[in-house]
Amino acid sequence: MTFRHGFISGLAIGLGYLSVSFSFGIMAVNSGLTWWQAVLISITNLTSAGQVAGVGIMASGGSPVEMAVTQLVINLRYSLMAISLSQKADSSMTVPARLANSYIITDEIFGLASTQETVGFKFMAGLGVLPVAGWTLGTFLGAILGNVLPAFVAASLAIGIYGMFVAIVLPVCRKSKTISIICMISVVLAIVFRYVPFLYANVSSGFAIIICAVISALIGVFITPESELKEEAEDGQ
Amino acid sequence: MDNKTFFILLAVMAGTTYLVRAIPFTLFRKKIQNKRVKAFFDYIPYTVLSAMTFPAILYSTSSMISAAAGAVTALILSYKGKSLLAVAIATCAASFAVSLLEMALHI
Repeated sequence: MTFRHGFISGLAIGLGYLSVSFSFGIMAVNSGLTWWQAVLISITNLTSAGQVAGVGIMASGGSPVEMAVTQLVINLRYSLMAISLSQKADSSMTVPARLANSYIITDEIFGLASTQETVGFKFMAGLGVLPVAGWTLGTFLGAILGNVLPAFVAASLAIGIYGMFVAIVLPVCRKSKTISIICMISVVLAIVFRYVPFLYANVSSGFAIIICAVISALIGVFITPESELKEEAEDGQ
Repeated sequence: MDNKTFFILLAVMAGTTYLVRAIPFTLFRKKIQNKRVKAFFDYIPYTVLSAMTFPAILYSTSSMISAAAGAVTALILSYKGKSLLAVAIATCAASFAVSLLEMALHI
């Protein structure tokens, strides 16, 4: 649970962010922003879908209210993750520590932090370093270099994050029947949101993730027998 | 867009994104006692990651074939219990290799 442990754990996420933010940098400059504006957006927001939408609003001359509402809806999933993560917080998580660590709650960092029994301030601080560096540097490189790097090289780096997600979820599915069932339900729902044209056109990807995750987790709560609930509660202590 | 407008929109954007994270993370200081509510929040990480990964992984590279190669690699190695970083690197390598192969065949 040290800073060093967190720092090393963040490597795969940092590499993935480097390539994902590279495409964000290209997109931001193509939308009419300067390189330093793109970099400032990345270092202050640290979120993918929200930033892409935010740049769209800036480019179209949107209002601050539109910006706030859009960010709220797209990033609402972070509230859910923050509550989930707060359940693993140890005694080092004072109010200032939480206020500092909040900045780095992203899908990927949350996913990795969730694999820990408990989460402390130093671990989270270390975990954030490489992802923030990768996200910012990738945006800078994308904005400056544009399309110099062949697209398929950058794309091959981007898939690594998903590989890591699979490595987080699959071992847990092998241990818990309930979790394997609800993960399959969540994937089926995600497929529905992706391939039903009406849903794909009208529901943002961030919002679709919340809906899939909440519905399948709720199903999990209802299908779990009372005896197993107690067991899991004891395991967690 | 002038600089003033940019900084106003940037502040609103970053502020909203930060508060969405910080308010619940700071306010929820007690452990949830209700077992079903606790189970819900225990399940959320896995259902979130599942919904985020499939089918999005298939669109994460330059072609669906190279992405599928990466996805299959990730599934096999994860099932064998390899570490997160090892799986991530192997996934990248597999999709990169298939991308190269695709380019070679097209030429």
